[in-house]
Formats: sequence, C-alpha cells, structure tokens
Amino acid sequence: MLRLSANAYAKMIGHCYDGLPLEACGLLAGPPGSTDAITCYPARNAANSSRVYTVDPIDHLKADRDAEQHGNEIIGVFHSHTHTDPYPSPTDVANAPDPNWHYVIVSLRDDAPMTRSFRIGTDGKITEEAVVLLAR
Amino acid sequence: MPVDVRLPTVLRQYAGGQATVKANGETLREVFHDLVLQFPQLNGQVVTEDGNLHRFVNVYVNDDDVRFLDKLDTKLTGDETISILPAVAGG
Repeated sequence: MLRLSANAYAKMIGHCYDGLPLEACGLLAGPPGSTDAITCYPARNAANSSRVYTVDPIDHLKADRDAEQHGNEIIGVFHSHTHTDPYPSPTDVANAPDPNWHYVIVSLRDDAPMTRSFRIGTDGKITEEAVVLLAR
Repeated sequence: MPVDVRLPTVLRQYAGGQATVKANGETLREVFHDLVLQFPQLNGQVVTEDGNLHRFVNVYVNDDDVRFLDKLDTKLTGDETISILPAVAGG
C-alpha cells in the first residue's frame, strides 16, 4: 500500500499536467521504511520526451538532501503516461532502481487523471498496490 | 584525508547498513577502489568491470554531477562529499 498526503498528491498531479505534452516525473519522500509519501519533489524530465523520462540528476540530488534534512528519504518515483494506461512499461521495469520503492504512474489519457502504484522486484515482477489518499 | 561517501538505500545493505562511509583517494576512481576494498560486496555496483561509471548510478562531488566533471578521474582534495544515487528513468 502507498499512502499519499493530499499535498503530495496535488503537487504530483499538477506537475504531470504542467509537463504536457511531455512526460513528467518526480520523486516521493516519507519517513524511512514507511509507506507514507508525504512530500512530492517535482523534477525536470532530462529526456525531454513524451515517451520516456529521466529524472534530472541534479533535481534528484536536491530532493534527496531535502528529504534527509527533514528526517525522510526518497521512497518512490512518479511519472506520467500521456496517452496510455498507468501500467509499468518494459522500460520502467528494466530501469527500476530499488525494489523497496513505490512506482507511481499517472495516466492523463482520460479526462480525469488515473493514479496507480506498483512494486517492481529485482526479478522484474510487477505487483500493483493500493493507493490511499490521506486526509488534509 | 578521507572523504565522505553517501550511499543510496539500495546499496547500504552491502556496507553494513551505513548511509555514509569514509574512503581514501586522490581521485574518484581511487575512492571507489578503496570502497570496494572495505566493502567487497560493492564491487561492480558503481564501477563496471571495464572501469567506467555504471549507467544505473549518478555520482556527485558536492553539488556537481561527475559526468560533467572528469568522471572517475575527477580529482579530490579531501573535503568533498561524494553522493551516489540511482539513475531514475523509464518510459
């Protein structure tokens, strides 16, 4: 399960729309070892593409430091799919950096954004998990 | 003088669970060599067999991505902080 704070959720969805027509991406942080994403760090898509994304390395470093200063750590990554289902692509699986992370995908294909979250094992196994929005 | 090396969560298991470790070297390559001598399980995680930076990691000296410095040949004076983070990408 991934629990998303209302603030992190709003920031993530806003960043995904702001990124159109390109894919948008960013990082999620929360207390170490928890399933709570309480902070969203929007990042630049260094790939500058509507089909793939690369979290800008400097944005990642800044997010990592800020999270640490607040007693948190990066617990996952989000990115948008502009025209397809919110399901991990083979590229997402091949590049998944950490089996403990939450992989959140926001599809902007329909009128309303659709958010799903996955765990991706070192063996490439994809497991969907529930996403719970925390009250403000 | 040893430099601090900050490890990403996914690599801490290979360094006794530590988030930051110390290593010696006048260049980044020497620092990573020293790191592997201390923690043999880190071998191959940051530097590839042919001696290049692994494409799955980003390495920083202080605030700079070393791909825009001299990569593994980046010189160190000893008061830097080295950070290793996973490269995060997908489709």
